[in-house]
Amino acid sequence: MLVEVGLRPGIANPEGATIERALPALGFTQVWGVRTGKAIRFSIDASDEAAARSQVGELCRRFLTNPVIEDFHVSLAPAPVPA
Amino acid sequence: MSATVGVVLFPGSNCEHDVVEAVRGLGGDARLIWHGAESVGDVDAVVLPGGFAHGDYLRPGAIARFSPVMAAIAAFAAAGGPVIGICNGFQILTEAHLLPGALQRNRNLTFLCMPVEVEVSSSRSVLTRDLAPGQRLTIPINHFEGNYTCDIATLEDLKADDRIVLRYVDNPNGSVDDIAGICNAEGNVVGLMPHPERASDALLGSADGAALLRSLLGAGVVRAL
Repeated sequence: MLVEVGLRPGIANPEGATIERALPALGFTQVWGVRTGKAIRFSIDASDEAAARSQVGELCRRFLTNPVIEDFHVSLAPAPVPA
Repeated sequence: MSATVGVVLFPGSNCEHDVVEAVRGLGGDARLIWHGAESVGDVDAVVLPGGFAHGDYLRPGAIARFSPVMAAIAAFAAAGGPVIGICNGFQILTEAHLLPGALQRNRNLTFLCMPVEVEVSSSRSVLTRDLAPGQRLTIPINHFEGNYTCDIATLEDLKADDRIVLRYVDNPNGSVDDIAGICNAEGNVVGLMPHPERASDALLGSADGAALLRSLLGAGVVRAL
């Protein structure tokens, strides 16, 4: 699973704003809406995708994010190749 | 008699000895409590000190909240015991839902380490019971995530219930409503970003923090009687 954690809309993201302001100097004048956050990747054993998403949603709300300031997006990522 | 203050030591705490020394300097007793303890023991007040509990991994306080001692601290607080969170301790108390809101990165992403002036906004907490509203104190701050925020309904509740304990005179970090410290509805759980233990003696540049710690010791004595 891939969990992306970001600041909720409306909460200032000065890091993203600073990156955005630097882009025109490199010629990237059409990039906007830059927001930074963090990505957390892990594997989970579950009977199906719905069950996995349900568990991960609860994990995000109770631990991986602080709902006062953060929200999250969950996506399925390919399982890593065993080492 | 004097109050005994338990100072919680998490892996990564770094202000615990400063708090112990400050409390002893004021005539109180102090001892460390390991974060893995199942009980806070026979103490009259608990302080969660500053530092980087569990490396601040994930978010400040996010993992410390699950340390075994936190269940005992929640029970101690629910029974009316004074619990103070200083800096990282404040962050832990919000993550543990013992105080509302959250502490986000400072405005402008600036790490701040300097003395600031704060004003006592409420005397109804165990940390400010001996001080008068309007009284100004100079106390150091030392944080990256001290920008207090909460939803509008929570802020209205904090104001209506007189639970904003300290406000910055010149807001250094972007905190909503200049908040430097808040308390719970009962006034026995307090979180603040400034470090009173670092302003506990004139030799340190200010003894203003001693007034807050004296209030706490007084509250602890009242509880112990």
